[in-house]
Amino acid sequence: MSTKKREHVYTKGLDSAFLAVYNGYVFFIRFFREVFKGRMEFQEIVKQCYAIGNKSLLLIGMTGFITGMVFTKQSRPSLAEFGAVSWLPSLVAIAIVRALAALVTALISAGKIGSSIGAELGSMRVTEQIDAMEVSAVNPFKFLVVTRVLASTIAIPILMFYCTLVSLLGAFLNVTLNEGTSFIAFFESAFEQITFLDIFTSLAKAIAYGFTIGIVGCYQGYNASKGTEGVGKAANSAVVISMFLIFIEEVIIVQVSNYFRI
Amino acid sequence: MEEVTQPEAPVIDIEDLHKSFGSLHVLRGVDLKVEKGENVVVLGRSGTGKSVLIKIIAGLLKQDRGKCIVLGREVSQLNEKELRELRMKIGFSFQNSALYDSMTVRENLEFPLVRNVANLTRAEINEQVEYVLDAVGLLQTINQVPSELSGGQRKRIGIARTLILKPEIMLYDEPTAGLDPITCLEINELINEVKEKYHTSSIIITHDLTCARATGDKIAMLLDGTFVKQGTFEEVFSSEEERIKSFYDYNFIQ
Repeated sequence: MSTKKREHVYTKGLDSAFLAVYNGYVFFIRFFREVFKGRMEFQEIVKQCYAIGNKSLLLIGMTGFITGMVFTKQSRPSLAEFGAVSWLPSLVAIAIVRALAALVTALISAGKIGSSIGAELGSMRVTEQIDAMEVSAVNPFKFLVVTRVLASTIAIPILMFYCTLVSLLGAFLNVTLNEGTSFIAFFESAFEQITFLDIFTSLAKAIAYGFTIGIVGCYQGYNASKGTEGVGKAANSAVVISMFLIFIEEVIIVQVSNYFRI
Repeated sequence: MEEVTQPEAPVIDIEDLHKSFGSLHVLRGVDLKVEKGENVVVLGRSGTGKSVLIKIIAGLLKQDRGKCIVLGREVSQLNEKELRELRMKIGFSFQNSALYDSMTVRENLEFPLVRNVANLTRAEINEQVEYVLDAVGLLQTINQVPSELSGGQRKRIGIARTLILKPEIMLYDEPTAGLDPITCLEINELINEVKEKYHTSSIIITHDLTCARATGDKIAMLLDGTFVKQGTFEEVFSSEEERIKSFYDYNFIQ
């Protein structure tokens, strides 16, 4: 009778996929366990918030401005066909507040912040800096992971509001150049259709995206292995996985908010 | 009646320690005792599990089988809080120093201190940081970042960072690796100074025989996952065991 030991439960790929999901779940649960345990590293959270904001402010500002301007420009011909160009400010505002600002902020932050967190923690892991914290009787999870996840959860909603404002300014510039609409008239018309639910949904999205970017970046970096190759892989996976999760969350949150809307 | 004095328990007591990574059986029944105030050098080729051994002692890895008792406590049985308390008594000097890149030397040293010792004033923190930096002879680097330091300076700062918590046990992972011969001698001197000044017991992982001779009270030769010989430098290298002789000859030629 053969006594050969089975190497995998299913296949190697499927086993690693299940293991990755399980490890991600354990990491996620550990975050909530550690948040309320021991001393809170407020100084580090503020430092990380500043770093996140500082890193992304210009890029999000420019992208948001261009998005608002281009979206307005592209929407005008369709509305003009129905003689409804006057609806342009409210249409653009709805699109920006409900979807574009949060998505643009999240996708740019996933690329800029997610990769940076993944690379930083990955590099700390492979150079044994995380082990050094552990043997110094300091909890590296609390200092590195909890602070970064909280910082991105706080900073990304702020960046999202900033992006909304700048996108609307981009839209206003296009509208005022073409239709000569005044600043006050544009914003009055823009906010006419915006409800509390829109703002609340947008905020909820930004919080969820911020948390996702932080936790995915930290998970990939914290568990990096195989030297410098592992650091690159951690940064890359942080971006790819967080972007993928952001789109899934977008679908779920939109579905839930539509339920309340109707 | 004649008074019987109990011999003091070893600070590190390892028995029949086994550790595997997948199919790779790295440690195959390791036994080691480190007495109080003793410097034990673990010698062996790269990949023989020397670093794994001290990582088990520091609780960074768990053994598959066997006992690892540090300061009277089995490391693998400790909960998070107990492990933290034990780690405050252990200093670990990493092979590549593992200094925190984003912090200055001062911040690197303050980092474990402010998180482990409560109610310290700014003046007390500064005093302790400056004291240990002075002890390793690098007070002038206090405001520099690790990238501005040489390899030898990084090693010294790494040791200083461990000393700030006044450990009872020091674990040195390849303290002289990648350093020039003069700096190696300075590091050897520093290891001996730390022992004298802080009354530490140490395990020094190395394959550098000069370092082993200069710092070790006892040498333990790790080959193929077990200690093939333990004793003083002369006792170990007077052995007729072929693998020990070839290790000595190779180092000599190097």
